[in-house]
Amino acid sequence: MNSLLKTVQRTSGKILSVYYTAGFPKLEDTISDMQAMADKGVDFVELGMPFSDPLADGPVIQQASTQALANGMGLKRLFEQLKQFNGTLPLPVLLMGYLNPVLQYGPEQFCRDARQAGVAGLILPDVPFSEYNSLLKELMQRYGLHFVFLVTPTTPESRIREIDAVSTAFIYAVGASSTTGTRTAIEERAVFLRRLYQMKLKTPLITGFGINDQSSLGQAWKYTSGAITGTAYIRLRMMHDDPHKALDKLFQQLGIQPEKTI
Amino acid sequence: MNIHPDDRGYYGAFGGAWIPELLQANVSELEGSYRSIIASKGFQEEFRHLLKDYVGRPTPLFFAGNLSEHYGTRIYLKREDLCHTGAHKLNNVVGQALLARRMGKEHIVAETGAGQHGVATATVCALLRLPCTVFMGKKDMERQQLNVLRMRMLGAEVQEVTSGSQTLKDATNEAIRYWINHPLNTYYLIGSTIGPHPYPDLVASLQSVISREITTQLQEKENKEVPDYVVACVGGGSNAAGAFFHFIGNGVTRLIGAEAAGKGVQSGETAATITLGSEGVLHGTRTLIMQDDDGQISEAHSVSAGLDYPGIGPLHAWLSQSGKADYMAVTDKEALQAALRLTRLEGIIPALESAHALAILEKIRPDKQQVLVICLSGRGDKDMDTYQKYADRL
Ligand SMILES: Cc1ncc(COP(=O)(O)O)c(C=O)c1O
Repeated sequence: MNSLLKTVQRTSGKILSVYYTAGFPKLEDTISDMQAMADKGVDFVELGMPFSDPLADGPVIQQASTQALANGMGLKRLFEQLKQFNGTLPLPVLLMGYLNPVLQYGPEQFCRDARQAGVAGLILPDVPFSEYNSLLKELMQRYGLHFVFLVTPTTPESRIREIDAVSTAFIYAVGASSTTGTRTAIEERAVFLRRLYQMKLKTPLITGFGINDQSSLGQAWKYTSGAITGTAYIRLRMMHDDPHKALDKLFQQLGIQPEKTI
Repeated sequence: MNIHPDDRGYYGAFGGAWIPELLQANVSELEGSYRSIIASKGFQEEFRHLLKDYVGRPTPLFFAGNLSEHYGTRIYLKREDLCHTGAHKLNNVVGQALLARRMGKEHIVAETGAGQHGVATATVCALLRLPCTVFMGKKDMERQQLNVLRMRMLGAEVQEVTSGSQTLKDATNEAIRYWINHPLNTYYLIGSTIGPHPYPDLVASLQSVISREITTQLQEKENKEVPDYVVACVGGGSNAAGAFFHFIGNGVTRLIGAEAAGKGVQSGETAATITLGSEGVLHGTRTLIMQDDDGQISEAHSVSAGLDYPGIGPLHAWLSQSGKADYMAVTDKEALQAALRLTRLEGIIPALESAHALAILEKIRPDKQQVLVICLSGRGDKDMDTYQKYADRL
């Protein structure tokens, strides 16, 4: 988890994180994709825990979730797969998903197993800030995990400040009110990111949702410490069996020079 | 008896607003305005006027003599099937659409299962000249074609949902996603007592007109204000919430919800959420849901599209857990039999959903002098295909 902190606090910024869905396209790809991302110099990953009813996701990530579930992916299986790294993952990993599978697994057991697997933290978009304190805060502290909150252009400044106060790694800036993979008006996002920048928050910001080309990436890097791209990668992964190849294509699409990668 | 949730939207351990930050502003806006708008004189006048002259309220409380004789007790039917568009759904839609207009919203989005809520929404949107988009599962569009035609004729845009189980659960996902993507001028008009706070409370309050009318009507007919039993079907729980509302916790009335057992509670093809479900979070509320060991939501199955939902409104989860109401599971077959029985005994063809409530009469033994009210939530026109197939097999 220290490596996640080091990464997001890097003063040079230009962080690139990639979201992918565990167990997609094949069950064992959880591991091969993670390895490929480490090989290619991705800074950290958001590992999606598939859910049957992913409210905040657009059609592409929905499809990946459905296929992963059909492949037999689930939390028990995921932690089983992560065991082969003996608690040291090849790059920092945040688990991202929806609350219900975590509730069913048992929040404490989940945190314990995540910690043991070497996971750095958690993103659960359907846990609102107001419920976080009673449900998860104490567990996050006990197991040394980061919890990452989302902010959007409609989040009131007062809540952004409260989120800033309790955040331990970074704040996830969503450029517009949209589900994942939706094209965002670049102007709208710029206005929001500029506003966040001017708030001088203590916590680093990373921008996600709708990062799919050079200009959206450039914008994220200009105003915040980094960018998270998901749908663009999943789309490419549907076309390429080899995750290295899909990542090369992704970098091309984002206009990242190959020197950036190892 | 206080049957509103607490400030955070909880009925006991159930409810709340488990929604992503992306929806927080929309829901807060609604939460901040619904109570004061609904309580305002202007809203109440408009709402009462439309309920009376447009919906056709009060709906009759009909003493079902033949059915009473058959079961040896006193049975009344609360005739929600006589509401304009054929179900109780319109009560809620009129209220929420007026609310949306007062909030300055310009577009309505809704989900629908059987199509009754979709038709009600399309109807009121035509009346109030609001454009509307209705999401409906592909499977439901096939089995409720008549309602699809009605919605389109009324000018609604009907969007076919092909994700997941292609029924109400997935239509709800898509409606919520649409709301996330169109946050500013869109009002999400939910069709049952489900979803994040304040929806369960909002819908229950708007439907409570059902039990308010029962109270006065029973006074006239039986010279008593509270029945011994109230029975209603539960999908998400709105007609049941409305029928139970003024009787909850009165110490006299036995409240019974009929949920859909599909092919049988243990058949794996069922929608008996309270019987089988466990605690979880679905569509922004903490409630009882049908799920597997891994926390994935199960697909519900019922012959009746309107009960085909793997969750239940948080109010009912709480009423069940606290013993204030009982919930029984009714199979497809029992519901079909009950529908046929009512049709032949009283000349009323009920909706398949409402037939689940009627089937409860086979499972309880009230005394001769006791008074039962059954909420006949809708009429059966939309279900003629299913009824015909069933009749052919007899
Ligand atoms: C006639 C009728 N009754 C009942 C229901 C179930 O909904 P609820 O449980 O919200 O009353 C429906 C839903 O479509 C319906 O059409």
